[in-house]
Amino acid sequence: MDFFTFVQLGDASVRMAIPLLLACLAGLFSERAGIFDIGLEGKMLAAAFLAAAVSLVSGNAWVGLLAGIGISIALSLIHGLASITFRGNQLISGVAINFFAAGLTVVVAQGWFAQGGRTPSLPKDARFNGIDFPGALTRVRDKMQADPWAQFYSEFISGHSILVYLGLLTVPLSWWVLYRTRFGLRLRAVGEAPEAVDTAGISVVRLRYTAVIIAGVLCGVAGAYLSTAVQAGFTKDMTANRGFIALAALIFAKWRPWYALGACLLFGLFFAIDNRFQNIQLEVIWIMTGLFAAAAAMTLYALRRERIDLIVLGGLSAVLVFVGLATWIGAMDEAIGATAALFETVKVPSQLIQSLPYLFVVVVLAGFVGKAIPPRAGGQPYVKER
Amino acid sequence: MSFTTKFLGATAALALTAGAAWADGPAIIYDLGGKFDKSFNESAYNGAQRWAEETGEEFAEFEITSDAQREQAIRRFAEAGNNPIVMAGFSWGTPLEAAAADYPDTNFVIIDAAVDAPNIRSVVFNEHEGSYLVGMLAAAASETDTVSFVGGMDIPLIRKFGCGYAQGVKAVNPDATVISNMTGTTPSAWNDPVKGSELTLSQISQGSDVVFAAAGGTGIGVLQTAADEGILSIGVDSNQNYLHSGQVLTSMVKRVDNAVYDAFAAGENVEVGLNVMGVENEGVAYSLDEHNEELITDEMKAMVEEASAQMASGELEVHDYMSDETCPAIDF
Repeated sequence: MDFFTFVQLGDASVRMAIPLLLACLAGLFSERAGIFDIGLEGKMLAAAFLAAAVSLVSGNAWVGLLAGIGISIALSLIHGLASITFRGNQLISGVAINFFAAGLTVVVAQGWFAQGGRTPSLPKDARFNGIDFPGALTRVRDKMQADPWAQFYSEFISGHSILVYLGLLTVPLSWWVLYRTRFGLRLRAVGEAPEAVDTAGISVVRLRYTAVIIAGVLCGVAGAYLSTAVQAGFTKDMTANRGFIALAALIFAKWRPWYALGACLLFGLFFAIDNRFQNIQLEVIWIMTGLFAAAAAMTLYALRRERIDLIVLGGLSAVLVFVGLATWIGAMDEAIGATAALFETVKVPSQLIQSLPYLFVVVVLAGFVGKAIPPRAGGQPYVKER
Repeated sequence: MSFTTKFLGATAALALTAGAAWADGPAIIYDLGGKFDKSFNESAYNGAQRWAEETGEEFAEFEITSDAQREQAIRRFAEAGNNPIVMAGFSWGTPLEAAAADYPDTNFVIIDAAVDAPNIRSVVFNEHEGSYLVGMLAAAASETDTVSFVGGMDIPLIRKFGCGYAQGVKAVNPDATVISNMTGTTPSAWNDPVKGSELTLSQISQGSDVVFAAAGGTGIGVLQTAADEGILSIGVDSNQNYLHSGQVLTSMVKRVDNAVYDAFAAGENVEVGLNVMGVENEGVAYSLDEHNEELITDEMKAMVEEASAQMASGELEVHDYMSDETCPAIDF
């Protein structure tokens, strides 16, 4: 494994993290204001579709981005109407948006383009292409022969689409808005104690609507990123549950912007590892060490929790230990003696690699994250006292 | 008897007669990738459409959206009286086995899987032979001596593609490296172009300059990234050369359309049993059209034609992964 491999892993992590990050921040604004939003997935999907469709017709990716943001805001307003104005159940409204988007995008795409619920491929100038900084190499094959600094510069720093840089900028911006402005203070307060905000003479309804609109804008950018920057066009269900992973990242990040960046990059890294190392060859001893460490961490975590956790995670740990031992015993057939088998190189099963992100999350949650406490007034519609 | 009961009764009677009146002719049910996946299902649709245009008759069709709908869809068409009922995709094997015995007068056709029953025609393709041919082309076109394969869901059928491909590559260049990746282990692996792109980028960084995608809708992302990065790609099932003209080396064409067309044309008396479509009866082939004629040199063409002829005569036998779940040319 050379330096370039690491650079590429980092590069792929960022690329995979951006849609998660934008959706995660969208959820952050919404939930900090007390509106649970499980409709992130649906809003991203609708935005991905409309951004691709409008980019295709207009030939301009920016117009497409605006359209994507537009539809995402419209869905946010529906969510707002249901959960703020009519004080409905926020989860149901979110689920409805997800179903609505999943069905309608395909139907409309079929009606407009007649290609079975996808848009035609976008031409190059109707997409957000990678921006190549001065002096950066563009082709992967050229980069492989370059020196480390050039590799880092060309692969990691340069070559992303503008939305990646904008997406990363939203993190300090969100932090500043939430923690350094009057609006941010009120927004956080409305998610904790809306009655206090109301007593101070500030409109709870207006603040919450503003929050869901901000969430709509961010989801819109995330969706447009998927269909017009990463891919060249919309395909059915192309968000592939990223909205839900973003929600997991949000809890992991304890509803804080910088933590959200960390959580999303971590998820991005896991996906990058999964994509990159499907055929990894390792010595048996390393596989066993990894599996046993994960099993031990999970068991320790479960011991601190309730009995149900112990049963579920303990069972999972037992499976991991079993897989580790099975690998060892399997290797013994080829090598002579149990010790020699430990240093036999075997192929790690791709299923194991694919389950890594989820295993890691459990391990990290067990070791590094304390209790995640959601905003106190989250999920509850505000009823003014008379 | 209240008005509601009468009304419901009338509706039910109407529905029954309507069902009986509409239900005739063949039906086709697509797999999860959807009718216009530019690949396997679209090829099946094209065959059905060709039959409809030539005969002027109509056929019934259905796109499932989840695995749970499979058996229900088969039963619905069978009960409505459609005959024959064609199913595109190996995943139909289990539900069909469960349902077919209940409808002994209906003939079923399943593509890509072998189900043994007196009223089922199973059409299977020798994908390993077609993949071998495109593998030969890939090895001949590669400058880095490294080529790659992106599979959809990790199942024996997809490994059969990969194994045939690797054998073809090694036949032309024994020292070549073949990188193989699978998109996932669940059906959503057929529809994840973003992951297809990522896998392709990772393969390019490992030196690959020709990538073969056998991954349904995920392949769209593979071909897109290959075109963006300036390497060659190989399409699958349908002829995908036109997707990125001049940048798709060739496509491993599986004549699913012919299988569907033949079944529809035979009508209710479609011949049951196992039907194998290979290189010799043009069930699988590599595609050559105006989009890739500049990429395929005359030597490459001669080489592949020779291999095809040898396969047809039985002189060259390509190992089938599904026969013993091992592959001599690549380790999955």
